[in-house]
Amino acid sequence: MATDKRKSGKSAIEPEWADGLRQLYDSVVEEPLPDTFKDLLDKLDGPERKSPS
Amino acid sequence: MAESKSKRTAAEKADFKRELTEVVPHLRAFARGLCGRPDMADDLVQETMLKAWAAQERFEPGTSMRAWTFVILRNAYLTDMRRNRFRGEYDETVAERILTAPAGQEEPIHLSDLHRALLTLPPERREALLLVGAGGFSYEEAANICGCAVGTIKSRVGRARATLSSMLEEDAIPQRSLDDASAHRAILEELDEVAARAES
Repeated sequence: MATDKRKSGKSAIEPEWADGLRQLYDSVVEEPLPDTFKDLLDKLDGPERKSPS
Repeated sequence: MAESKSKRTAAEKADFKRELTEVVPHLRAFARGLCGRPDMADDLVQETMLKAWAAQERFEPGTSMRAWTFVILRNAYLTDMRRNRFRGEYDETVAERILTAPAGQEEPIHLSDLHRALLTLPPERREALLLVGAGGFSYEEAANICGCAVGTIKSRVGRARATLSSMLEEDAIPQRSLDDASAHRAILEELDEVAARAES
């Protein structure tokens, strides 16, 4: 009872929007990183690395 | 709990931090895809970074930092969802803000449409599609990240693709389904399965 139509469209063919999906992802990857992340990364090393006086 | 903080050398810690820094943009992209709201996604990423840092002894140098941190992010997301942290706010803000369709546009496919459509997928399909179709992971890698069988990932990706295709082709993106209880139920049931498997 399977719809035979579906069978022909094997996975090799990418849907039209597939590129858009990557664009969505890449657009976030390429965003400049907000300072909050830089601050957090700086803090990760812990208190041992306090700014020298 | 094991207290082995000083096991890693300073150089190893520096390597870890460099690699972690490199994957942060990817974590943000994955998180944004998962939960839709940029501010929540970023909170999730920060949580992930702290957890990854705390667990760095468990990271095997030379393996994929991106895959390793994605697992952490995913788990954090599921935990938060379980605690309903995302739920209440979803329909009020996301649905209104993101899911407001720009009506009557005829161009082929808008990224905003695609994004909306993506966010209406059941979470487990959305994440599978994000990993494979956007993040470029192989089915095997995605299966490892999600802790399920390769076949499961393939079928989720396939269903996600089919759903998106038909939504976009027929211009029938549901306006509100982020607050869809059945989607949440599906992922929670699955969580239980995963948990049960891990315990056995």
